[in-house]
Amino acid sequence: MQPQSLAGESDRAAADALRAADIAGRIPVWSSQPGATIIRPSRTFLDLGLRSLWPYRELLFYLTWRDIKVRYKQTVVGVVWVLLQPVLTMLIFVIIFSKLAHLKAPGHIPYPLFVFAGLLPWQLFASGMAGVTASVVGNTSLITKVYFPRLIIPIAAVLSGLVDFAMSLIVLVILMVHYRYVPGLEALAIPFFILVAIATALAAGLWLAMLNVRYRDVQYTIPFLTQAWLLLTPVAYSTSIVPVRYRALMGINPMTSVVDGFRWAFVGGPAPWSHSFAASLAMVGLILTSGIVFFRRTEKTFADLI
Amino acid sequence: MVDVAIHAEGLSKRYKLGQIQPYRALRDTISDVIYAPFRAGARVARGGPLIKPKETPEGRLWALKDVSFEVKRGEVVGVIGRNGAGKTTLLKLLTRITEPTEGFAAIHGRVGSLLEVGTGFHPELTGRENVFLNGAILGMRRSEIKERFDAIAEFSGIEKFLDTPVKRYSTGMGVRLAFAVAAHLEPEILLVDEVLAVGDAAFQRKCLGKMESVATEGRTVFLVSHNMESINALCTRAIWIDDGHLRADGDPPDIVRAYLATTRAELGTVSIADRSDRTGPGPIRFVGLEIRDALGDTIETINSGETVEFVLSYVTTGEPLAHVSPFMYIRDQYDHPLLVFWSKLTAEDFEVLPREGKLVCLVPRFPLSPGVYQIDVGATVNSPTVRDSGDEVKNAATFEVVTGDFFGTGRSAPPPITFQCPHSWSAEDT
Repeated sequence: MQPQSLAGESDRAAADALRAADIAGRIPVWSSQPGATIIRPSRTFLDLGLRSLWPYRELLFYLTWRDIKVRYKQTVVGVVWVLLQPVLTMLIFVIIFSKLAHLKAPGHIPYPLFVFAGLLPWQLFASGMAGVTASVVGNTSLITKVYFPRLIIPIAAVLSGLVDFAMSLIVLVILMVHYRYVPGLEALAIPFFILVAIATALAAGLWLAMLNVRYRDVQYTIPFLTQAWLLLTPVAYSTSIVPVRYRALMGINPMTSVVDGFRWAFVGGPAPWSHSFAASLAMVGLILTSGIVFFRRTEKTFADLI
Repeated sequence: MVDVAIHAEGLSKRYKLGQIQPYRALRDTISDVIYAPFRAGARVARGGPLIKPKETPEGRLWALKDVSFEVKRGEVVGVIGRNGAGKTTLLKLLTRITEPTEGFAAIHGRVGSLLEVGTGFHPELTGRENVFLNGAILGMRRSEIKERFDAIAEFSGIEKFLDTPVKRYSTGMGVRLAFAVAAHLEPEILLVDEVLAVGDAAFQRKCLGKMESVATEGRTVFLVSHNMESINALCTRAIWIDDGHLRADGDPPDIVRAYLATTRAELGTVSIADRSDRTGPGPIRFVGLEIRDALGDTIETINSGETVEFVLSYVTTGEPLAHVSPFMYIRDQYDHPLLVFWSKLTAEDFEVLPREGKLVCLVPRFPLSPGVYQIDVGATVNSPTVRDSGDEVKNAATFEVVTGDFFGTGRSAPPPITFQCPHSWSAEDT
């Protein structure tokens, strides 16, 4: 048989179809029994293949558990660092944006509380995205030695960030007690916003992780990307100071809705604007779905490329 | 019950040669794209085509081509072949680490592979934690790992250190624990790729024993090895892969003999000067090897115990060379290294060498017993380690040692004894 590259695109598709039909006729009958596996060139195009993840749920658990365990191994330093990061960022924001630039939080929300409630989902997203980006290359030894759906790796990376998040949530609760804030019924929406934050981190991270396998300099762009993204997201400021005609545009950035929504659920203030919120969800859905599709298409070459 | 474990048909894997090269930087690709129109312009100006011709088939390499076989349940199949023949690629396809380009394989039963021993071990985690993590990575369920944990701990022989982080383990301890997990995976089909070379001798024996019991339990084993002894001893069938193709399939002793015969025949027909499979940048090149006896006559076989000279002819590129240390490795026909002759060891480096010449290594009382041996020749230049050698030719020649007069008694130790050493016996009063 001639190498495929010599055939034109349409010939190749035809040849693939032929070969598939051919293989189907020769595969032993027993291979359809439980416990049998068929190894052959995959032809999936628009297959998310999420069902194939289910048998590997324990592996997902163990990889997440490993990431958490390793991070908190030097317990004291680990926990302190996780708490210190958002607290210090908040202090810097308070000094620069509130004290020097005289930025105000909407309503009568104290500015430190306002910033911290925005920083929490932001950190979950930013560390999740960085973790996902580095995850595939960071697990080279697994990928080149054992088969499992590769999607497990980035998912584990983003899930392990939840523990850090839970830690800093305690600080937020302390701040709320300090400023005598009691969340209302809106708080029920919190898990939903966490989910969107994770989905956004996974969506952006998947694309970056795929690029990172091929081009190892991608990870150096992450700090810059995170910084720019932070300024485009209403963490230090409120969406209400942005002119109305630009707000829909801000909705393209899913983190706008996550940060606004999370803050609204915790400390009240203006509810996230529905149009931009819809745009955000559509955006996350689009990037995540396309990310998974492409990830599944390229994952079979990871072992050869890494 | 299905009696077939693996059915492979037309299994092929093609690599782009570029994939073997190191990764690219994104900026390279971006600048490629930006400069592409200019390059196209330059091409047209030179009278070339506007669009760059597509990749040629030469840029691709079939690591495995059209390999078909069927393995019955309970067979122990040995896979042999030279380095780079495609043995590891075959295992990678069967473990699904990489996908075939063409063809397919159907596998019945859980596959475990020793490619993956210790995969995912994390130095910060304790031995116990790593057993669970590694088990999950190898495809064991949590309940299975719990159930077998005691057996795994016992097999590893390092129960005392299970709550110590693995980073404090010696290499040997890590390997023991890793193998213990892998050995208790209890797959229906076990793929093994020469990991037995690690660990101490006692542990290796234990692993071999475990493999034998695996084989007798009716499990299917697929063993890739360069160790012809273990292929002969453990396997019920052997497959010989040569240059990506399946060359022979049959009884292990026959296949092993045929394989060894070709490696030897090929070595006999190609002179060292023409060998292209050498390593090292080559400021010095070996072009010939002969063996001389004490009288200076060239000989084909060595009498065990006689004084011999190995004569290496070389040429240099002419650039000045410093610290040239020639070496020779002697291996048995199963590739076990037995002896090394290295001028570093005798502190006899050559500071200045003529452009062409011969390096002579004198060995009084050649110590090997009768048998067939292989010899690697090479030299390090300006470098303290063998790895950065100036030139190295593996299996440069084979030679035979016949019964000689090692002990001055007209006798030599018979096989399987390999080495002889001068000695004498006496009786003492207590």
